[in-house]
Amino acid sequence: MKDILLQITMANILPFGEVGGALIPLLPLATFVILGLFGRKYFKSFAGILGTLSILIVTLLSFYTAYHYFFVEGKVDGVFQKIVALKYTWLEFSPNVSIDMGIVLDPISVMMIVVVSFVSLMVHIFSLGYMEGEERFATYYAFLSLFTFSMLGLVLSSNIFQIYMFWELVGVSSYLLIGFYFDKPSAVAASKKAFIVTRFADLGFLVGILILAFYSGTLDFGVLINKLTSIQSPEFIHITSASFLGASMLTWGLTLVFIGGAGKSAMFPLHIWLPDAMEGPTPVSALIHAATMVVAGVFLVARLFPVFSVDGTALNIVAYTGALSALLAAIIACTQTDIKRVLAYSTMSQIGYMMFSLGVSKYGGENGLGYMASMFHLFTHAFFKSLLFLGAGAVIHVVHSNEMKDMGGLRKLMPITHITFLIACLAIAGIPIFSGFFSKEEILLAAYHSNKLIYVVGVLASGLTAFYMFRLYFSIFWNSTQNADHLMKHGHGEGSLTIKWPLIILAVCALLAGFVPIAHWVTSDGVPLETHIDIGFSTLPVLLALAGIGLASYLYKTANTRPQAIAHSLGGLYQTAYKKFYIDEIYLFITKKIIFNLIGRPAAWIDKNIVDGLMNGLAALTGKISELIKGLQSGKLQNYTLYFFGGALGLAIILIYFLQ
Amino acid sequence: MNLSALIILPLATAIAILLARGLKQVRTLALIGSTGQFLMSLGLLWAYWKERSAGNTSQFLFEFDYAWFAPLNIHYHIGVDGISVSMILLTAFVVIAGVLVSWAQDNMNKEFFFLLIFLSLGAYGYFISLDIFTLFFFLEVAVIPKFLLIGIWGSGKKEYSAMKLALMLMAGSALVFVGLVGLYFNTDVNGAHSFDLVAISKMHIDIASQKLFFPFAFIGFGVFTALFPFHTWVPDGHSSAPTAASMFLAGISMKLGGYGCLRVATYLMPDAAQAYAPIIILLSTIAIIYGAFATMMQTDLKYINAYSSVSHCGFVLLGIGMLTKTSIIGAVMQMVSHGLMTALFFAAIGMIYSRTHTRMVAQLGGLLKSIPIISTVFVIAGLCSLGLPGFSGFVAEMTLFMGSWQNADQWYRLATILACASIVVTAVYILRAVGSAIMGPVRDKHFNNLTDASWNERLAAGILIIGIVAIGIAPFWLNQLITPGAEHIMEHLGRAVSMK
Repeated sequence: MKDILLQITMANILPFGEVGGALIPLLPLATFVILGLFGRKYFKSFAGILGTLSILIVTLLSFYTAYHYFFVEGKVDGVFQKIVALKYTWLEFSPNVSIDMGIVLDPISVMMIVVVSFVSLMVHIFSLGYMEGEERFATYYAFLSLFTFSMLGLVLSSNIFQIYMFWELVGVSSYLLIGFYFDKPSAVAASKKAFIVTRFADLGFLVGILILAFYSGTLDFGVLINKLTSIQSPEFIHITSASFLGASMLTWGLTLVFIGGAGKSAMFPLHIWLPDAMEGPTPVSALIHAATMVVAGVFLVARLFPVFSVDGTALNIVAYTGALSALLAAIIACTQTDIKRVLAYSTMSQIGYMMFSLGVSKYGGENGLGYMASMFHLFTHAFFKSLLFLGAGAVIHVVHSNEMKDMGGLRKLMPITHITFLIACLAIAGIPIFSGFFSKEEILLAAYHSNKLIYVVGVLASGLTAFYMFRLYFSIFWNSTQNADHLMKHGHGEGSLTIKWPLIILAVCALLAGFVPIAHWVTSDGVPLETHIDIGFSTLPVLLALAGIGLASYLYKTANTRPQAIAHSLGGLYQTAYKKFYIDEIYLFITKKIIFNLIGRPAAWIDKNIVDGLMNGLAALTGKISELIKGLQSGKLQNYTLYFFGGALGLAIILIYFLQ
Repeated sequence: MNLSALIILPLATAIAILLARGLKQVRTLALIGSTGQFLMSLGLLWAYWKERSAGNTSQFLFEFDYAWFAPLNIHYHIGVDGISVSMILLTAFVVIAGVLVSWAQDNMNKEFFFLLIFLSLGAYGYFISLDIFTLFFFLEVAVIPKFLLIGIWGSGKKEYSAMKLALMLMAGSALVFVGLVGLYFNTDVNGAHSFDLVAISKMHIDIASQKLFFPFAFIGFGVFTALFPFHTWVPDGHSSAPTAASMFLAGISMKLGGYGCLRVATYLMPDAAQAYAPIIILLSTIAIIYGAFATMMQTDLKYINAYSSVSHCGFVLLGIGMLTKTSIIGAVMQMVSHGLMTALFFAAIGMIYSRTHTRMVAQLGGLLKSIPIISTVFVIAGLCSLGLPGFSGFVAEMTLFMGSWQNADQWYRLATILACASIVVTAVYILRAVGSAIMGPVRDKHFNNLTDASWNERLAAGILIIGIVAIGIAPFWLNQLITPGAEHIMEHLGRAVSMK
């Protein structure tokens, strides 16, 4: 049913028709403009309330849209439709090829606007307390609004170039927010790194777009997917028969687009920016680097999934990249000591799950389980991961440090943070009834049926996940109580209500999100899917998770020297993981040593000395020649006579001998 | 609409400035004059649109023809199409911003503003000329003020830079002149030679002469727009020039070259353009990549922007060399976009320099704290330069890439991919500059006492930013403006192909 593209009247799905639909992304944009231009002067303290109110309205509009899409209007003949609700031609290249600004409503985009606006709302509220007293408070909210606008625009895109534009905009919002504490050199470096690494990946995306657009003759998602999935269409035959270096242009196009997605979603080997991005304010990490922007890559693959599903090679690349990232990040996460970095690697690992789940999926029906599972995990992950980050933020707010060694025993001081953090840890570890369990089981089930190797990796990584999350949990809330006792006496309390409430609300979501019947709503072909949890199948991953928790409890629940002993006995292996497999060092070598020294420096040198030298030399030569010619006009009569006779003689010789 | 007003107004302003006394009178006159230009350019846009929507499909609008030197058949023939209108708009935006940032120009202010206005006269005359000799005349009018602006009001090794710039541009002009005269003697309009652009475009010049004279014209115009390897006047010239002159140089002068390459060289010698396309693409791709990498190593803000101009103007020539409708539209968009963006960049650098007295990235730092508005302007210029959506750079670059990609030849594809790759390098050098000059800890405690942008500086930056954003968020108007002109060029190229 994938080729159905209906233009249903929008009045019923979107609140207040098209205007309401356009308001979803445009309201945050307006907030950004207002706060950006006038915030510093006129909205010093009111900025937070204004930003929060605007996102509250957006959240309500999104929920309204979701309700009407999923329950009232969206389903026609038992299939959820892809509805182009709004479309403006923005830049026309030729009658068929144009960049359009539009809003497309289908299960994934509707699910995403709910997730994005809701998490954004929580982060807006949390920041009211967390960022209180910050000098650039209004700027902070302006940037948050800019990000929310870009992310909503991204998920609603109807055109592949539109998604690329918003893709760049979320990138720059992320850049601005990572570098928010701009007087910290590490924050500046991190923001730069994040932007450049993702920019590099986006080069792949851009070339991928050019390839797909050239062969399909369109930039519109609907038409593009339609043309590149119908086996008989001339476009499909053209793109699959053209090949370069042994792969078809379809594979190239999709792989390049996936590289863009891998950059944004921090997949190996383009993940190096994500841990550093933790330099930004913690609520920002919760919103951008946990729940929303980093899953844009998964969303992109899902958006183009019908096309991916006809190309096995590209899909395999997605699957193996995801699996490798899931495992690698889980291993690194076990060794990190900065709590935000642990969470960053855990995000990378969880996104790896979503990626490989898409990679092992097929299109349509029961075979599309992986697709559904991936979207399900994206959904549940958004809640528990943003909760983890906000919890970490609350802890950092009290302890004033990111390092595990400065924490411990905080459960009495911060009871609400403690309970909510525990719920999130149980959810991510995949303990039954918590949300992560349901989505992860579906992912593992999908992998099991299609690729055993990836299944093994997934199970292994899920054991590691439980271990490193509870290592984090025990190190923060249990373990040595030295610091906690000190803070009990001297520090301030857990924080204001604006800090506590988002934690509580998100904890409820992390607990219950697993019961949301995503399978009925978000599937590859729009047809609801019946899923069930097989207890026999779930036993192994759950046991592994429990073992991970047990091990973490043995090592970290009380202060002891066992962790150091183990780290010591692992020696080089531990060091390698601790140093993040030296991937940063490899990049540094390539950029500093090769690009700067072997390309940049010579280019600048050649320009200064050779190209410009040539020009200066030419000028000098002209000067010399003119000196010589000047010598001719010496004013001496003898010389003139000599030249005259010499010239006459020369002419005579030429005339006589050569021109006869 | 009488296009001659575009020449008369700057001329009147320039004369009035000569008669004025004192900085206050001079700058007020300059501002009035440039505001007049600004309003006139908007009026032209409106009048143009009105004509087009009324169904006037003739290639050039508002034509006027007067034979000013009959023996050689030289005419004062003027008229505009969408491409020239967009260039005139660009000029007007840059001129008013340039006058505003020079508000406090103390030293020899009368001569300074006179030259600025005079330069704009040359640019307008150039963009409206439909007679290639008249066009050449105005090109020369626009060169000489630059020499003086740099030589007198410049900084650093200004004499060297001014001389270098003048000599290289003069050499470029000489090449152009050879090309134009060569073209002239190969024309035959009713039994006489002609300089008339429209008349020449209607006849077919034999391919051998096209191939002979195309390189002269193209390289000559190319020198103006930093064609590799004739770009070396750009870094020295821009960095020695005073702020407004840098803005004019990069914002307007470099565009004279791109416009000439398109309007004269490519349009009048279409067969040669096709024959030489691979070379143009090769040279422009080198300029794009090599300019970008060379920028990465620069330590002076003005050099950074100057080298990045080499890279960005490479896009213009690449678009022309690719010879597809979309790529040519992209090239024109890139000219407009780069003109606005680079003027904004130089304005911001000038504002920073006048306060901190340094342009070295390593000596700056933490400016966002002390002068947030100027810093924000700098960051906006930077983001536009690296092609962020919402700003004009993105629109121009993407149009160019889409257009270039239409050539299925694999070497052309490679050139396109390399051009795409340059935007990553652009991000590197822009973010390095922003990271250490604007962000980071405050490097010098004197920076804490700087005053932020004054009203005239804010207005100048605001005008340029409005231009950039107007293209960035609603590019369709510019696209519609340029498309008919580009279609005429393509039609002409197509005819040339079919005639072979």
